[in-house]
Formats: sequence, structure tokens, C-alpha cells
Amino acid sequence: MVSPILELTNINKSFGHVQANKNINLKINKGTIHGIIGENGAGKSTLMSIVFGLYQANSGSIKINGKEINLRSPRDSIINGIGMVHQHFMLVENFTVLENIILGFEGETVFGEKLQKAKEDLEKLCQTYNFNIDLDATISDLSVGFRQRVEILKSLYRGAEILILDEPTGVLTPQEVDELFKILRSLKDEGKTIVLITHKLIEIMDLTSEVSVMRQGEMVGHTKTEDTSKEQLAEMMVGRSVLLRVDKKEIKKGETIFKVNNLSVKDDLDVTRVKDVNLEICSGEILGIAGVTGNGQTELLEALSGIRKVESGSIELFGEKISDQNNFLNPRMLKEKGLAHVPEDRQRMGLISDFKAHENLIFGYHDQEPYSKSAILNNKEITEYSNKVMQEYDVRPNSPNLITSNFSGGNQQKIILSRELNENPKVLLVGQPTRGVDIGAIEFIHQRLIDMRDKGAAILLASVELDEILSLSDRIIVMFDGKIVGEKENKNVTDRELGLLMAGVA
Amino acid sequence: MEFLSDIASLINSTLRISTPLVFAAMAGIFAERSGVIDFSLEGKMLMAAFVAAVGSYYLGNPWLGLLLAIIVCVCLSMLHGFASVTHKGDQVVSCVAINILIIGLTTALAAAWFGQAGLTPTLNEDQRFLEIHLPFADALRDIPVIGTLYSDILSGHYVFVYLAYLSVPLVFWIVFKTSFGLRLRAVGENPSAVDTAGINVFTMRYKALAINGVLIAFAGAHLSTAVNANFFREMSAGRGYLALAAMIFGKWHPKTALIACLLFGFTDALQIRLQGVELPAIGEIPVQLIQALPYILTVVLLAGFVGKAIAPNAIGQPYIKER
Repeated sequence: MVSPILELTNINKSFGHVQANKNINLKINKGTIHGIIGENGAGKSTLMSIVFGLYQANSGSIKINGKEINLRSPRDSIINGIGMVHQHFMLVENFTVLENIILGFEGETVFGEKLQKAKEDLEKLCQTYNFNIDLDATISDLSVGFRQRVEILKSLYRGAEILILDEPTGVLTPQEVDELFKILRSLKDEGKTIVLITHKLIEIMDLTSEVSVMRQGEMVGHTKTEDTSKEQLAEMMVGRSVLLRVDKKEIKKGETIFKVNNLSVKDDLDVTRVKDVNLEICSGEILGIAGVTGNGQTELLEALSGIRKVESGSIELFGEKISDQNNFLNPRMLKEKGLAHVPEDRQRMGLISDFKAHENLIFGYHDQEPYSKSAILNNKEITEYSNKVMQEYDVRPNSPNLITSNFSGGNQQKIILSRELNENPKVLLVGQPTRGVDIGAIEFIHQRLIDMRDKGAAILLASVELDEILSLSDRIIVMFDGKIVGEKENKNVTDRELGLLMAGVA
Repeated sequence: MEFLSDIASLINSTLRISTPLVFAAMAGIFAERSGVIDFSLEGKMLMAAFVAAVGSYYLGNPWLGLLLAIIVCVCLSMLHGFASVTHKGDQVVSCVAINILIIGLTTALAAAWFGQAGLTPTLNEDQRFLEIHLPFADALRDIPVIGTLYSDILSGHYVFVYLAYLSVPLVFWIVFKTSFGLRLRAVGENPSAVDTAGINVFTMRYKALAINGVLIAFAGAHLSTAVNANFFREMSAGRGYLALAAMIFGKWHPKTALIACLLFGFTDALQIRLQGVELPAIGEIPVQLIQALPYILTVVLLAGFVGKAIAPNAIGQPYIKER
């Protein structure tokens, strides 16, 4: 029997009324890669933030190498050999790599000898793990993959024996994921212990030797990875069986109804983010846009949905020109022409979080019958409609008077989806439909999108989740640096091929 | 020769006039680099002027007056910190509250203690700082150029003038060459990164504010116990805001902030010099217009260049650790 390097007993943590962790017990063995899996909001990150000393548990004990320790701040954890790579990197963007790494562990009041020694030590570390990082580079000049390596290097330099990674692959291309996994495996071989927090089942199966599953703040199971399967894990996460694969009928492609010609779009800082983009979507087709975040997908969707000015080029709907650099239709006029938009930033653009659910359910149609008459809202009609549609879209809890921000991400997304799909749009623009959405709701949302396609809508789907693009799209285009760098029929395309395009190397 | 001495006296007054701006700008750099907006430089400068004048008057020693001013200003900075760092209040509101409080407080206290609203008694020579004449200043005056430089420009200033310009390299050194400076800059850019590095974000911000209080006290004492021999109502006259503008214009960097302060000081010195002077072809410029010059310059500089100034990323945002 191996003795655990990290042992958590009866950890409890609440934020206000929400109990994020309930009686958590966890043992992690030395020299293993241990996965912690669970849906968004299951309490994984909170638990690991407690281990890292960022949050303090309300009760429970933490032992490292059998010795009970009291973690009051990250400093205590770091001294005890715990390092953490957060989902949002904890780096100062206008500092150099070196400055970021030594921050808090400078070892001297005035920079001098120790700084030089730190540099030498770090260069050695870089060589050992084949990191290839320029210590004098400024963080803002580095790609996301490199920033993550800086985070790992930072933990190692500070003497981490246990390395916690929180959703490390969310922002990476498949190639970068491969590189990361290579690094993690070599760290394991060096005897380090790695804790991988993720909601991606494939990563668990690929990398870990043991896995713990969390659901709604509780630890619902521990198992050896070799003794389980993706389906079994998904069921443990959600609490019921889940269909992981999307059932899709053969495409019944109609005529081209949405067309974009030589479109260029600038962002708020006057930087051209969409460069000379051409695309066509047919009725009954889902066109997927793959790409790493920030390569122009956001601005493209905004321009197409009428909330961002077109710099040059034009947009056609049913052969009619609806937007060019001189005039463009606003979202309301586009809506009347049969174009619906599910924005990628649901909190900022899709919903008014402080409104009640029923208000968000009809927002945009609120001045139309039957929801209002002579500028006065018909609350009875709205409530009736809301009850009906919330049932139909399985929004939980089914209470139209609840403030929208109190719904989970998935249920908020269902509210938006029901509103946008209700009028049976001919063209549907969807950005990141399942970002921050739990597995159960993902399944539902995907099914709805497929239904719309089968009913003959033309759908443009932008997502950074390659799996989503691959399972829903009929055709896939890849955006890099504002340009379309590749287009493929979704037949026998692999995520590797797309990954190369996404990284701009193919 | 007269032209040269004109220039010399212009530079001399530029250095003197810029002094409170330099202290205030350096004070601002500490607060804002740590992520805390400090509009209260103005109020703190005014309070320091009041406390220094009153302290010197009662204690008979301007250094003791300065010490009192430092203590009071650090307390005010801590108050700002308590409201906006500990209790995560709006930083601008906290500053405005401090500024308004001090305008009223100084006037009221002066009335209560000395019977004159907003005026303190005139300090005698023992109670105030005097100009320092560097050795051999008189003997060297007649040497061309060097004599002017040494005797008319470098010599004959109050101690604060020398301290202000010495503070700039010191601030630069602290901010960019020490581990404290690294943490200071980091906490204003990304407090989470500092927190996860095991450093207390709140302590860092309080430390920065304490230094801010010390520096701003010098600016106030300069006004009421050096260039003037008493405190009068609203004697800071917007210098705190001007210094803030200089700091922003100088991109939160001591060297460039110094240049901006000198520029403001120069226009002010120039306006004093230009009053009543007949310019060829234009004639006499109205005093009001000339006096407005430094403020017009502020608006123009900020409007024209502030777009390029990038503030510390986390400025104005209280650090919230747990959701």
C-alpha cells in the first residue's frame, strides 16, 4: 500500500448560502497523475483552491505526507510543495518571464546576486524539461501555450512536488495539448505528483491513473482509470446516463441562403480582426467555425448579427444585400428577416442577468402581440408562454419569476436558445453555445441545433471546442488571424488536421 | 548678460514651483502603481500644509511640524485604504470625501484656534525653513556660466527643493530595482498573481499608501513652512490634481513624471514672468489668460496624449478574493 502524499478529510466550504464543498475526502498517491472530474460548478476548483491555500475551508483537515498542515495562504502551500496552474493564468502581463517567476520569492531586498542565480537555476530547469522559454520575454508577447509553461516552470522553481492544473487544456490547440501532456508525463516520471482538474473525459482516460468524480459539491466516486470508461464517468458526473455522441441524420442540403463576400471588420481598438472573409451557408446545413479564441470569430459573428459595423465587403440574405460598409440593418430588422443570434458572451449580450426569467424569455419580442398590447405588457400571456416554453426547453427550475442570474449557465443558455429559436429563424448564428454548460444541458442544446438544421435552417456555429465543431458541423472552416485558412467537409477530418490550421502552421 | 540672468531666474523659479508637484507625483506613483487611485493628493497636501504650519508655530521647529504633517498624512492614506482596500469602496468616492473633509476641516480648525477662518499665524524665522545658500555661492557668482549655474540656479533653495529632486532617483530605484518594487508593480497589474505568489495583497497596498502619505506631507510642508510663512485657505490650489495629471502624463514612471512636473512648473514660472510684459506685436497679454496657461496645458496634454498612457491594469478595482 502506497502512502498518500496528499490526504483531505471532511473538507467543507460555503460561499454565503452555497455549499461548494461538502464533506470531501480525497487521497492522492505520490508519483501519480490523479484526475478530478466534474461538471462546471461541481466544486473542483474550489476544492483545489483550498488545497492551494487561496481559500480557507470551513472545516476538515489536510495532510501532506501524513503530516497535518494548516494552510492560511498560498505561501503555506507553496512552502509545503504544492503548486497550482490556474485556469486563468496568474501572470503579470507586462512583466518578463523571470520577473513573474521570482515574484514573492525574490530572496533579496535589492536585486543582484540572487536574481542572477535564479536565472541560472531556471535555465537549468528549462533544459531538464525541454521548455524552450526565453526568460527575458514579456508575457504579453507569448502564446497561451507558452504562458502555461511559464506557470508550470514557476511552480517547479518554487519547489512544487504536487502540481495542480485547473482545466489546463481549455485554451490550447490539440498540438499544444499534446505538448502539455508530454510535459506532464515527464514530470510524473521525475516523481512529481500531478492533479488534473477537468471536465473533459477524454483527457482523464488519456492521462490519469486514478480518477475522482465530483457532483454538486460532493465527492461521488474514486476509481482506477483502467477500471472505468467514459460512459461510466459521464454517468457519475451527471447522475444519469448521458448520450455522448450526437445522432445526426444525413444532410439534406438546400439552396444557399446566407452569403458573406470579402468581409472585413475592425474591433473597438480599430484593429482589423476579420480579413476578407468569404463564406456561404445553405439551408439545412451547419457550418462550423473552428479557431483559437481571439482570431476574429467574435467580430465576425457581431458583424453578421448587425451589432458591429462592416468595414468593407457585404452580407447577403436570400440574395438580398443586407449590409455593407455604407449601411447595415440593425439586429431588430435582421430578426424580422429571419436571422437569429445566440451571442457567445451570454452574460454580457445574451441576457440581462438582473431581469426575471420570463422577461428575458420574451426580450426583443416584448413589444409584439401577444406579449404586449398598446405599449402595455400582458403579464398573464407572458407567464403562460414562459411556463410552456420553460417546460419544453427543460429549464430548471421551472420558475419564470426567478432572477436570471440565479439559473446555472446551462439553464441560462436554454433561456436564450428558446427565445431565439421560437420564431423559427431561417439563419441562426451561434457563438460558443455550450461554454460553461454542464454535460446534460450540452446534450440538449446540441439536439436542438440539429433539429433546427433538419427543419431547414442555415446555421453558423462558432466554437472553440473542437469536439463540438466536429460532432455538429456538416462543413468546417478554420479561422486564424482573421482569415479563413481552411475549409473542409466534415468527413474523416481529424482534430489534428484542424489543430494545425488553427495554429496557423498548415 | 541680462538675458542670461532672466533665464537663470526662470529656471530657478521652475525648480521651486515644481517641487510640490514632484513630491505629489511621486506619492501618486506609489498609490497608483499598487492599484489604488489617489485623487486625495490635493486634500492631503492641503492638510499637510495646515498641520506643518500649526505644528511649527506651537513647537517652534519646522522639522517637528513636518513630522506631524507626515503622521497626519499617513493616517489619511490609511483612511483611504480602510475605505477602498479593506472595505472595497469606490476609490474615487473615498478620495473626494477626503478632499472635501479637509477643505472644511482646515478652515474650521484655523478659525477655532486662531480666530481667523482658514489662516494661521505668520511663522518667524525659527519656525520656518529658510533658503539654503550653498558654500562659496557669493564668491563664485561672477564666473561666467558656471557661476550663474551654481549661484543663481543651484544655490538658494529651500531644503524641500533638493529633497524633491533627490526623491526621483530614489523612487525609481525602489520601484524598479527592489523586490518591494516588483511586488508593488505586480499588485497594481494583477493582484491575483501576487496573492497566488503568497503575498498579501492588502498589506502591499497599505504599505504603498503609507509611503504615499509620507511623500505628500513634504509637498504640503513646502507650501506653508518654506515658500510661505503661514497656512491660508485652499493654498494647495489644485497642485494635487496637477501632479496627478503629470503622473498620468508621465505614464506612472518617476522619470517622465518628473519631466511633466517640470513642464507644468515652467509654464507657471513663465506666466509669473510674463505678467505685465509687453510682447512685440501682441501687446500686453491679459493676466487671466496667462494665469490659465498651466491649466490649459494640462487639458491639452492629457487630451492629446493620455490615450497612449496605459494605466496599471488593476487600478481602481478593489481586490476580491472569494467570489
